[in-house]
Formats: sequence, structure tokens, C-alpha cells
Amino acid sequence: MEVTLQNLTKKFPARGRKNREDVIAVNDFSYKIPDGKLIGLLGPSGCGKSTTLNLISGLLKPTGGRILFGEDDVTGLPPENRGIGLVFQNYALYPHLTVRQNILFPLQNLKGKDKLSRAAMLEKADEAARLVQIDELMDRKPGELSGGQQQRVAIARALVKMPRVLLLDEPLSNLDARLRLQTREEIRRIQRETGITTIFVTHDQEEAMSISDEIVVMKEGVVQQIGRPQEVYDNPVNLFVAKFLGTPPINVFDGEIRDGRLYIGKDEVLSVKGVSDQTVYAGVRPEGFVLHKDGPLCCALSGVEVMGRDISVVSRHEASLNPAVRAIIGTENSVDTGSALVRFALKPGKVFLFNKETGERVRGQANEGEELLRP
Amino acid sequence: MKKLLRDSGLKGWLYLLPAILFLGVFMVYPLIDVFVYSFEEGYNSASQTFFGTGTYNYSYVLHDPYFLQAVKNTFLLVVITVPLSTGIALLISVGLNSIKPLRNLFQTIYFLPYVTNTLAVGLVFMILFKKTAYSDGLINLMITWFGGTAVDFIEGPYWARMFVLCFYTIWVVMPFKILILTSALASVDQMYYNAARVDGTSKLRTFLRITLPMISPMIFYLIITGFIGAFKAYSDVVALFGTDLNAAGMNTIVGYVYDMLYGDSGGYPSYASAAAIILFAIVLTITCINLLVSKKKVRY
Repeated sequence: MEVTLQNLTKKFPARGRKNREDVIAVNDFSYKIPDGKLIGLLGPSGCGKSTTLNLISGLLKPTGGRILFGEDDVTGLPPENRGIGLVFQNYALYPHLTVRQNILFPLQNLKGKDKLSRAAMLEKADEAARLVQIDELMDRKPGELSGGQQQRVAIARALVKMPRVLLLDEPLSNLDARLRLQTREEIRRIQRETGITTIFVTHDQEEAMSISDEIVVMKEGVVQQIGRPQEVYDNPVNLFVAKFLGTPPINVFDGEIRDGRLYIGKDEVLSVKGVSDQTVYAGVRPEGFVLHKDGPLCCALSGVEVMGRDISVVSRHEASLNPAVRAIIGTENSVDTGSALVRFALKPGKVFLFNKETGERVRGQANEGEELLRP
Repeated sequence: MKKLLRDSGLKGWLYLLPAILFLGVFMVYPLIDVFVYSFEEGYNSASQTFFGTGTYNYSYVLHDPYFLQAVKNTFLLVVITVPLSTGIALLISVGLNSIKPLRNLFQTIYFLPYVTNTLAVGLVFMILFKKTAYSDGLINLMITWFGGTAVDFIEGPYWARMFVLCFYTIWVVMPFKILILTSALASVDQMYYNAARVDGTSKLRTFLRITLPMISPMIFYLIITGFIGAFKAYSDVVALFGTDLNAAGMNTIVGYVYDMLYGDSGGYPSYASAAAIILFAIVLTITCINLLVSKKKVRY
């Protein structure tokens, strides 16, 4: 089911606060979500991602704009008539019912021509349970299950009616790190197997990047960027998106463009074409550093962290906005930990320039820069 | 010494000593004493003498028509008021929980009887029900308006007196039950209702399958304490019908115990003790049944 959001807006009245303006939780959100895809709504807390999800589910009514499922305008429909499955952040499993009764619950609500026989209901519940691999736990109560198992029950309950759209609100936030990895792949698998258009909300960029077909990055109710995860990562439209995506986060420096060259502090690091002279923020991805004895960027070395797969070089630079500059380099490099300085060359594709006032991307021709090594 | 205190757990007992002494002297010893008296025939508290031991006291009490009347009254009171008051309190709480404006005002109004002086409440009930030389009471006034005939609720037929007693009891216990149930309802997480809404659950089904099981521990708490409270009814009855309850035919078991000790027919601590032990046995049995049922029905 293709889901279309047209100029979706949600304002919350400024209750109990005098002379304050309404809170605009979602501002003019337009997006056509392709059929059968897994979409991640991503942003820091308070960015409106959960509100967007609740608008799609119908638990909240939009202030403006429309929501279409395929050709159906569902904007005015109550949640039960939209054909959605919703998985809550805390799962909202009924604690007094067994897993089977929980999964059966939505089916037992069906009335009229949709009403199923008892056997058909049990059949469907078993099918949903098999899909999420909890068929052995059917007679337990939610309190006797682990977090991950509860999560699966919640997904099974949302899927049992074969919804047109599946919505997941922070599906992994209550799980520990290892289970999170496992469950997110599980969600991906279930989504692939059922082919149901799925929208999930998360504040964890890694989670969103790893399983989404497309991600939507939001900030303060406004959509910043929509695209495939790699695309957004490699080509952020503004400083916020660049900072929000990636672990470790992007390193931001105060920079200046003079005569087609980018200066970070006193170091002349890249040549950039087609950008007029101005001061900029220069963002460098951690993997954009190359250790080079004649590298143009000179940092004061503060430490080296060996992670096994790669090495993280922590250093300081006067123009850096982050307290530490963090570079990720391959294990084939060796860093002289005794030395006080470390020099890097930068990979042009990993360096992004942003306007100092607006934070918008400053784009040059083609690649923004080319590697510049001192002779 | 220190070592002895620590190893034998004496220190712990030392901390418990004040409470144990207090409870022992004022709770446990009297209980045992009552049990002993109930088997001592013709015990006289002034001379501390008795004629013999045996089960005669029980047999006397169980054959006393006043006691049987008291048991009947008490059971009627329990059976009528506990389910009704809990049910009505649940209805009112659900109503209160589903309105937004003025909820606090209504909650305060419903809680007023709880903080109102018993004498003031008695006065209100007198105005409502009592027939005097000057008026028939407010309720009778309304009955005659609608074309009925006035009934004497205080000295009239048995059912009318029972009605007043039940009405009064329900009214008095209602605020506490509403308070408990509104807070229980408010503590049910909104996400369950959202989940039910998304699944298209009807209002009634949401109430029966989600709300009710979630607040069932509180409901059973109210039922158990309601049973115990109603079995111990006495002061309310006195407030309505005066102290000569046997004559009014409205005595309760506790009232019978009191009368046997201090009333006009008083001075029989042995009979009073036997009646008290019988009441204890009844309350214990009912509470055990309640707990057994709740273990099966209260689902978490």
C-alpha cells in the first residue's frame, strides 16, 4: 500500500502557557511512501516523528493536510477503519491475557461479514506467531517473556489482521544492545516476507540506516532530508543531517574558503572549485582522514583507541568545534603514539562544507574538493 | 554480649519488642481471653467466677431469637450493600474518569460524605426519612407527590427499615470506594486503550476485557474490606434506630455482642464472647472464600 502524506501539519495549542505560540509538531510534511518499503522516521526527541506516526495511525487528528492510503483518503477515518497495525514503544500487551489471547484480540473485534470462526481465528493467530517465531510461547503471559519476545508478540498482534500499513513506534528502544541488532534484522525479515509497507520511528540513526529502504530525517517538525540511507549519509543537505547521521559523529571545523582553497585553521587542506570566498563549517567524516606524514591537517595527538577492526585516532585541533577530532583509520596504519603531532590528508568525498549562518550545504562543482598534499 | 545479640537475632526481637508488647497486651491477650470466656458458663467479670466449662454458651446464643434476628439482619445488609455499593461506585468512577471538565469538582463532591461528621449525616437522614409530628420526611413527601402512600421508614415495616439501613450504609461507604476506583482507573496506562482503539475494540469490550481485569485487584480489595466492614456494622444502625435495637428488630451481630455486655439485658460476658467468636468464624470463612475466588479471578 502506497502511503501519501500531503502537506501534513499538526499544531498543539499552547495550553497553560501564556503568550506562547502553538507548538508545531509536524510542519507541512509531504511525502509519497512507496509500496512495500520499510521507512525510518528519524530525528532527535521532540522532532515530531512520533506525532507523524500517530497522525498516520489516526490516534491524532492532523491540523492540516491529507493522508492517503493508495487512493483512499483516510484523513478523517478513525484508527480502527484505516487498516493499520501499530506496535507501541512499550508493546502495550495486555498483561492479563496469554500470548495467544493477545494475538487473537484484534480478530475477535471483527464484526459482520469480516467475522471469523473460532478455528479460523486460531489458524490466523498461529500463522502470525510462526511468522515472528513465537509459536512455542503461545500459552504464556507477557510478564513471563523477555523484552525481545514481547516485541515479537506485539508485532504478531499488529500483523494478525494483515494491515495495509504497519507502524512501529521506537520498536527497539526497550531492548538491550545485542537484542537490538537481532530484532532489527528480524523486523527487516518480517517486512520482506509480508511485503507490508512499514513505517518505523527511531531516534537511533544506526538503527534507521541499517534496515530502512528510505529514511526521513526530521528536526523540530520540519523534514530535513528524505532518501536512501547511504545517499543521505554521503550527501547531507545541511549541517544538522550531517551531524545526526554517523557514529562516531562527523568532525566539524571552522573553515574558510580563499581563492578556491579550503583552510581549516591555518592549514590549507583541500582545493575547492566553484565556491566563492567565505567562512564555512567544514564537516569531515571520521573515515575521511588519511594518515599521511606530509598531510596538510596537523592535529595534536591525544590518544589512539584500537578497536580490532580499525583504529580510532583521537586528537585536538584549534579550529575543531568538537572537543576531540576523531579519525577512523585502517589497522594497516600504525600511529606513533609517542609523537605529539599527527598529520592527516582528507578524502574529498568525505568533506562537506556548510554555510555558517543557515547550516545549509555549500556546494562546489562536482566534488567539492580534491586532495591536496604538500609537495 | 554484642556477639550474642547479633548471632541469636536477639537484636531484631529487641527492635520488635515495643510493638509486640503493645499488640500482645491489647490485641492478642484479649482475643485469647474472649475465646476462653466463651467456654466458661456464667462467667462474672466482677467476681471473676464461673460455674463450669462447656459449649452451653454457644448453644444458648444459637437458640436465642434475638441473635438469629441479628444474624439475618447482618447477612441481608452484607448481601445487599457490598455488591450494590461496589457496583455503583464503579459506575460513578468510570463516569468520572471519562469526563474532562469539572472532574475535580465532582470528585470533591463525591468525597464529601467521607469527611462529614456522623451526627450531621444522621441529621440529614432524619430529615430525609423520619416521620415527626410536623412532617413525614422528604422521601415520604416525594412518594406522596408521585401518588404513593407514606411509609414510616424508622418505625414502620421491616423492609422499609432495612431499606433505610442499606441506603445509609451504601451512601457512607461510597466515597472511599469511588476514591480507590478512580485512582485505579487513572492508573491504567493510556497505551492499552490506544492499542484497543487501533484494533477497533468496542467501548463495552474494552471495559470488560481490558479495564475491568486491570483494576480487578482493587475491586477485590474493596469487596473483601466491604464484607468485613458490613459484618461489623453497628454504629450506623444505632445512629438510625437508637440503642434499643432488639426491640426495633434491627440488631446486628456486633450490636448483640454489645447488648449482652452492656445493654439492658447486659451482664453476660460469656454469651457475648460466644457470639463474638461466632462472628469471627463467619468473617474468617467469608474472607477465605473471597481470597480463593480472587486467586482464580484476579488475573495478575
